[in-house]
Amino acid sequence: MRTMEQTTQEVLDLAAKHFQVAQGSLAPDDDFFKKLGINSLQALELLSRLENHFGIELPDYEVQGVSDFRTLVSRIQSRL
Amino acid sequence: MLDLSKYQSIGGALKDAVEVFANETSLIEADRERENLRLTYREFRDRTMPVAKSLQDAGFAARDRAAIIMTNQSKWLIGAYAIFYSGGVLVPLDYKLTADEQWQLLKHSGSRVLITEYPIWRQLGAAKGRAEATELQMVIVTEAPIETDLLGGVRWEIPSSHAGEPEFRPRTRSDAATIVYSSGTGGRPKGCVMTHENYLEQCVALTSLYPFAPGMRYLSILPTNHAIDFMVGFFGPFICGAAVVHLRTLRPEYVREAFVKYKITYVSLVPLVLKNLQKGLQARFDALAPGKRKVFDALVTVNKALTKRRPHPALSRLLLKQVHEAFGGELRPIIVGGAFTEPETLQFFYDLGIPVANGYGLTEAGTAITVNDLKPFRADTVGKPLPGMEVRVIHPDANGIGEVAVRSKTVMSGYLNEPELTAETIVDGWLMTGDLGRFDLAGHLQLFGRKKNMIVTEEGKNIYPEDVESVFERLPVKESCVFAANYIWPQRSMVGEQLILAIRLEPGQSLTPALRQEITARNNRLLNYKRVRGIVLVNEDFPRTASMKVKRNVLAERLAKLDRSSAVLEL
Repeated sequence: MRTMEQTTQEVLDLAAKHFQVAQGSLAPDDDFFKKLGINSLQALELLSRLENHFGIELPDYEVQGVSDFRTLVSRIQSRL
Repeated sequence: MLDLSKYQSIGGALKDAVEVFANETSLIEADRERENLRLTYREFRDRTMPVAKSLQDAGFAARDRAAIIMTNQSKWLIGAYAIFYSGGVLVPLDYKLTADEQWQLLKHSGSRVLITEYPIWRQLGAAKGRAEATELQMVIVTEAPIETDLLGGVRWEIPSSHAGEPEFRPRTRSDAATIVYSSGTGGRPKGCVMTHENYLEQCVALTSLYPFAPGMRYLSILPTNHAIDFMVGFFGPFICGAAVVHLRTLRPEYVREAFVKYKITYVSLVPLVLKNLQKGLQARFDALAPGKRKVFDALVTVNKALTKRRPHPALSRLLLKQVHEAFGGELRPIIVGGAFTEPETLQFFYDLGIPVANGYGLTEAGTAITVNDLKPFRADTVGKPLPGMEVRVIHPDANGIGEVAVRSKTVMSGYLNEPELTAETIVDGWLMTGDLGRFDLAGHLQLFGRKKNMIVTEEGKNIYPEDVESVFERLPVKESCVFAANYIWPQRSMVGEQLILAIRLEPGQSLTPALRQEITARNNRLLNYKRVRGIVLVNEDFPRTASMKVKRNVLAERLAKLDRSSAVLEL
């Protein structure tokens, strides 16, 4: 079972890789829409990638209105 | 298709439709690769009656208002039919709003009933705005886990304890059918009161261009609370016996699969999603091996030549088989709406033999005003007025550009509880759209920007700057005000709109990093699409009315004298 810190790191690393920004440039409290300059569809793409990585299903309603990595990680962690 | 001229109300037409098309498929609901549900029209009716009975037994009367806050799914349509069957007024609300905004609209609309999904209710039920919506008497909650406290709500699944059938309550054409909020909230919610006639007339006009029939399938992706999806993803297909497909996820990969799996006939998209599809296709074309790419490009060139005057769906499907198969092979025009689509995107799809029925409309006008009739396809216009629509350009300038005004049986009766705003918007029977346009010689409408201090995002969301201002209240500066940048510096463009925050600092105050941080923190409280993108410092006090309201137009005129690129500090 991953710890919250491990999950956080994996989410940040995957997001950085997916949107091709430097590893380590993202922080848990970042607003991913703003920091990465992405739209809602790109955010959904990231979710699919995270789902595959963690082997979970995150329904769309669970992430409705979420815009920071910390909250996103907590939703993922609760399903691991 | 039912002859809608014979009907007085949405409920009356739907009541006959579920009988006439009893054995046809009405709804398909899928979650990722799993199909949850498939209903015939008879089964749809059978699922509606207990809901209508529960409403009526709880004292829900004709003319009472009932809100729906749900993602696109079968129970949205079942709930809506139950409300219309009971003679009620439907208040479709946006599930993407915050809980506080939703409570404000529930209160403003005077809704007595709310039908919502458990994940939404979980947040809504606990929000502080609940105490103010005193008229709300019943909350019906779908998808609630077993043994969960529903915070005063009742389960969708619990049938009425009273025996018997619900009563059908007829309405007349001039009665209110829905109250549709055309934007978010803030200071002044704008609830468009739409009549049954508005919908019956709009449906006749739209289906004359884009007909539905039993066996056709519409993929419902745009939120159903949106005027377009309500019409082409519910009322339109239902009175023609076609099927509506709902997906419980909007992940692009599952949406793509759904086209093929369900052989979709029609879909409506906002420009953002259409552009995303374009990007995905372009990437696939670019990845083709040089030889294959050459063949493909040649086929596109042939298709372009063959479809110059009008679309030839059968020929295009043959020529560009693989592209069309990726969309299920039966897709007719993609309907795009809610915001302005760039001509380049429209052209991209048309060249592939997938026409995009772009048009122009607003909630106040009853969905669509103009639609591209594809005779021939034009990427540079929003098409011609729909049948029954009178459209004219008011006070045109030397270039023929002026404000677009509309008169039609589809125009709303007015804004709820806002007689002054209604009188400003509907003048002598003409709806003033606030959009600038011009007719060309072929009778096509071209749009050139907005006259109103409002922006429309690529996702089809309307944002009024006044609504965004609440988060900047009591900001530690002398005064502040939010504007649409294109309102101050007209761009004559329908895209690239941004909000800016105009600030007047206190004497001796400067824009410190701490102040910037405070502005950013407040800005981040807004949903992403509503955020302010820049700051403009104003060096004199804001002009105000006798009642101390900011004179926006005067302030905008002052700001217009500044150079946009140097005056706007990026946030």
